[in-house]
Amino acid sequence: MDTRWHLVIDLVIIVIFFVAMGQFRTPRGARRGNITAAFALLCAMIVVLSRNTLQGPAIVILAMATGSVVGWLVAMRVGMIQIPAMVAFQHGAGGIAAFLISYVELTRNQTDLGVVGQISGILGIIIGAVTFSGSMVASAKLAGIVRQTPTLLQKHNNILATLLLSLAAFGFVASNTTGATLLCASLGLIGLSILLGIIFAMRIGGADMPVLISFLNATAGIAASFCGIVIQNRLLIACGATVAASGSILTHVMCAAMNRSLFNVLIAADLKPATAALADTKNIEASLPSFSIEETTESPAQAPLDRAVEAARNAQKVIMIPGYGMALAHAQFEVVEIAILLKKQGKEVQFAIHPIAGRMPGHMHVLLAEAEADPDILFDLPEINPQFQETDLVLIVGACDVVNPAAITTEGTPISGMPILAAHEAKHVLVCNLDARPGYSGVDNPLYLNPKTILMLGDAKTTLNNLLQALG
Amino acid sequence: MPDILLMVSVFVISFIVGYLLISSVPARLHTPLMSLTNAISAVTILGGILLFATETTTAEKLLGASAIALAAFNVVGGFTITDRMVKMFHRKQPNS
Repeated sequence: MDTRWHLVIDLVIIVIFFVAMGQFRTPRGARRGNITAAFALLCAMIVVLSRNTLQGPAIVILAMATGSVVGWLVAMRVGMIQIPAMVAFQHGAGGIAAFLISYVELTRNQTDLGVVGQISGILGIIIGAVTFSGSMVASAKLAGIVRQTPTLLQKHNNILATLLLSLAAFGFVASNTTGATLLCASLGLIGLSILLGIIFAMRIGGADMPVLISFLNATAGIAASFCGIVIQNRLLIACGATVAASGSILTHVMCAAMNRSLFNVLIAADLKPATAALADTKNIEASLPSFSIEETTESPAQAPLDRAVEAARNAQKVIMIPGYGMALAHAQFEVVEIAILLKKQGKEVQFAIHPIAGRMPGHMHVLLAEAEADPDILFDLPEINPQFQETDLVLIVGACDVVNPAAITTEGTPISGMPILAAHEAKHVLVCNLDARPGYSGVDNPLYLNPKTILMLGDAKTTLNNLLQALG
Repeated sequence: MPDILLMVSVFVISFIVGYLLISSVPARLHTPLMSLTNAISAVTILGGILLFATETTTAEKLLGASAIALAAFNVVGGFTITDRMVKMFHRKQPNS
């Protein structure tokens, strides 16, 4: 009877979680959904505490209070550009928690866990630990502590395969022993998994981060689910599964936006273009004679600014394309200011946002929301793409690969077939990038050489401020 | 054994329902969505608490407390950041 009530209460809490997810349709609903989810988690904690008598409640309370206070302080201070690094770090914290719990449960009472519990415990340890170390690498890369470029070891895939095989061997041992051997095997599993996570994540570079971070979101959920099976807690399983579903969707969306498979991004990424990029840069810089002169002399690109102002004055319909470069230059405020100014001058202004712009899914929307951009003029790729043909001016700020027409015209490049924003179809294109180098993909952008393109190279914040002054 | 069946069905049903609900989240809310699910994945804090429901050794207490602290960091941090973000999304637009 008692357990039946427990089941009902658990199901009610799970339904509240689903209601929270269902509210995530509009920004207003999202806020309610967030609060609903927090409420559901609070209920779940109260339920767990009411059903069990704790040994050493003081430690539990102390640990909870410490974690909460630190979490709150960090969350209140973190800037919007650091959100991806922060989220990755939190995935890592969730991963640690999952593997620690799985480890303790597995090693202390394996007799009453049963086969399923044991296997889940082993999987919980592996996935939790991989999520932990992979997230830490991702977070360090996103925070700029480690270089964002991919690091490839010799025989990288062989190392990964060896690690996976060793994990399988250790897992097999762990599932068949007890006592000290089990303890050693579990510790071995943790060590190998942490190593696997590091080696797996280190080869993934800056622009592929949205895929990695979404993938780790999913694995954090799966780790929580396995952890739930070990401790036989339905709430953990359900929540973990929902998170896994969310992470899977985002991973799929990000891969589709790059026209690459998950396997291609995570395992088989062809890293040649990154080195070839240097040679390509020389080519394109050689064909841009004015560029190097402007960079060395003191005068700030006079001619391009005049052309830009003229194009902006004559434009009726303007589309702005922000990229991660805008975030790096902290230029989102200037971008929004220009949008407002142009709108005041009676022009139609829209923003075009590519799904992989930024370092995590939806990152650009958050940055523009921070700068108080009007959400009604932000459009995603499928909605905005047909409109470029009738657009007078496209303003690109810190974006390269997502507007590179080579994705359509050239076969066999890393971005071939990737859906791009059709900036090249507009009458004029104004590029406010740091330099004319290829984007992360290493593929030269022919848009830069197009006569209708005006290049205003340099720090986007400065460039846009100059433009603002000239237009104002 | 029926317990295992129940657990697997909980996983499968939650995954499917979650998948259907989250499929209709618009792209502009994807960052807050990930931040929210990130906080939810720290539901492992329940597991940490449950470790203390039976007699524990000092080492287990230490590991359990670490798990709880990290999960609490994840839960509180995740919900707070999500709230900060979605608040920005629907604040009044003075300029438009």
